[in-house]
Amino acid sequence: MNFAIQTEKLGRIYKIRGSKKSEPRQLIALENVDLQIQRGELFGLLGPNGAGKTTLIKILTTLLAPTSGKALVAGFDVAAQPQMVRPRINMVSGGESSGYGLLTVRENLWMFSQFYGIPSKVANQRIKQLLEIVGLQDRTNAKSSDLSTGLRQKMNIVRGFMTDPDVLFLDEPTLGLDVGASREVRRFVRGWVDENPERTLLLTTHYMVEADELCDRVAIINQGRVLACDTPAKLKHQLQKEAIFRLEVSPLNGLGIEAFQRLPGVNQVTHSPQDGSALLQFILAEEQVLASVVNTLTAHNIRILNLQKSEPTLEDVFVHLVGQSMEEVERSGQ
Amino acid sequence: MANNSFAFDGGVRVKKNSGWRLFFQTVIARAYPRLIGQQREKSWMFFDIFLPMLGVSAYVFVYRALNAPEDYIGFVVVGGAMTAFWMNVLWSMSSQLYWEKEQGNLALYIMSPNSMMAVLLGMALGGMVATTLRALVIMLLGTFLFHVQYAVVSFWQLLAVFLLAMTALYGMGMMAASFYLLLSREAWHISSLATEPVFLVSGFYFPIKSFSFWVAAAASIIPLTFGLDAMRQLVFPSGASLGFLSVPVEIGGLVVLCIVFLVGARYLLAYMERLAIREGRLTESRR
Repeated sequence: MNFAIQTEKLGRIYKIRGSKKSEPRQLIALENVDLQIQRGELFGLLGPNGAGKTTLIKILTTLLAPTSGKALVAGFDVAAQPQMVRPRINMVSGGESSGYGLLTVRENLWMFSQFYGIPSKVANQRIKQLLEIVGLQDRTNAKSSDLSTGLRQKMNIVRGFMTDPDVLFLDEPTLGLDVGASREVRRFVRGWVDENPERTLLLTTHYMVEADELCDRVAIINQGRVLACDTPAKLKHQLQKEAIFRLEVSPLNGLGIEAFQRLPGVNQVTHSPQDGSALLQFILAEEQVLASVVNTLTAHNIRILNLQKSEPTLEDVFVHLVGQSMEEVERSGQ
Repeated sequence: MANNSFAFDGGVRVKKNSGWRLFFQTVIARAYPRLIGQQREKSWMFFDIFLPMLGVSAYVFVYRALNAPEDYIGFVVVGGAMTAFWMNVLWSMSSQLYWEKEQGNLALYIMSPNSMMAVLLGMALGGMVATTLRALVIMLLGTFLFHVQYAVVSFWQLLAVFLLAMTALYGMGMMAASFYLLLSREAWHISSLATEPVFLVSGFYFPIKSFSFWVAAAASIIPLTFGLDAMRQLVFPSGASLGFLSVPVEIGGLVVLCIVFLVGARYLLAYMERLAIREGRLTESRR
């Protein structure tokens, strides 16, 4: 099968230099990553900060060499044939400030189009067309340094689409954007892939909703390893047999979540302290187990402020796979 | 009302340029911000004209106080004009890739199908054209304020020396840029460190003949040393009497430097790019 992206046992280890005397420490950023992404797919890499998503994108965009394994993009080996890969790809990162502030939006986009060999006349037509689609046409001649974060990201998205790549990489494309701007960016992204079955898009995100809403398939990644890979619906379906409850309770007053983990039938529990309360999320083997959870809370004089039974989300899938929420993983600095 | 289709060019896939066409497109595109930036950011008039003129004036007053030969005043003015090129090479060529990395442009340059040599050449050409204007203004101001007299021996030799010196100097900048590809914040310190010593050994404000032969010969690794010395011999009445080597020899030296630096830049850049990709230094702080 002709995959847009294919990786086999892909790995990357960084050597971290300490003091001059000490031996460099090794950090495993990616380990044995096997992925096959078909042409026309909008594929998501979901994981907390530091999970290895950006490292994977850097390897696939020829910016970083793998230390083990192999990666093919558009049928070409990223390490051995970068010159064949580069004309077929583009990348946009969230929060990027590429380009030159002194140049206008149109000038910046024109400049980047020239690096891909697009004739100037064609480039100018494409820039006009894309700026209209993303609603930036009235900012064509504004200096890019004068754009807000959201508008700047729209310009970056245009830069990515403009070269008409076979494979587009978006690294956290909605990072730092407000809700409205994020929604718009997601709409452009989905529209771009849906319009042409030859286009493939790989997106990294640590926003569950974004992955759920946008992606045809999602790979959940943590500590450099792919833990699961399937459609969002199928990933969630794995948890459908279990019961998921979210409880807002009064502060736990020193009661650890181990007290709940010990209860028979409690598969996972996470705890997020809130302002004046605490949020507990349980994945239970069956609904009846909730009674013992409530009993434990009552025994420790903890009041239930809100109780909600939930349909599984990708967050629940992540908790199921990792044993911690994404927020907890990021907090613990893993 | 816009049509919301992402399909370009009436659905026909336009062939993108490659090879030499892509190379020249990249050169022009990367030169563009430098040229347009000069028109939009006017602070260069203060930092690149007024401040260097203060330095030039100081040397002129010292030479006048010492009753130095009148050609020395001209030496200082020409040297002052040429400092603009050295500053441009140091801060806008060599260390530029560090800033490009910080800004996120470097990854986009490397990831696109163009050649990094074309990017560097674009930076060099844009910088050279923009700096020539600054150098000319300093030269004209200095000539007007300090009544400098010129006696050009050979316009064509002068032009050849200038162009060769610029080619070698910016070739050197391109080569240095590939070293800076691997550097982090220390790039800034290295550029600071290289500023004043080069002013001294290249003889920006005095004839290089004042040094011993070997010191002057060692300083000739910097193309401006030969360039300045040959230009001074060609435009001032003192001619060869204050020159280090004869003009034809210095032209020969500049040709060698052009070849060494341009070929060196080509290979060093390719090597450094591979090394940076292997070590993961293109997009993130040093690990």
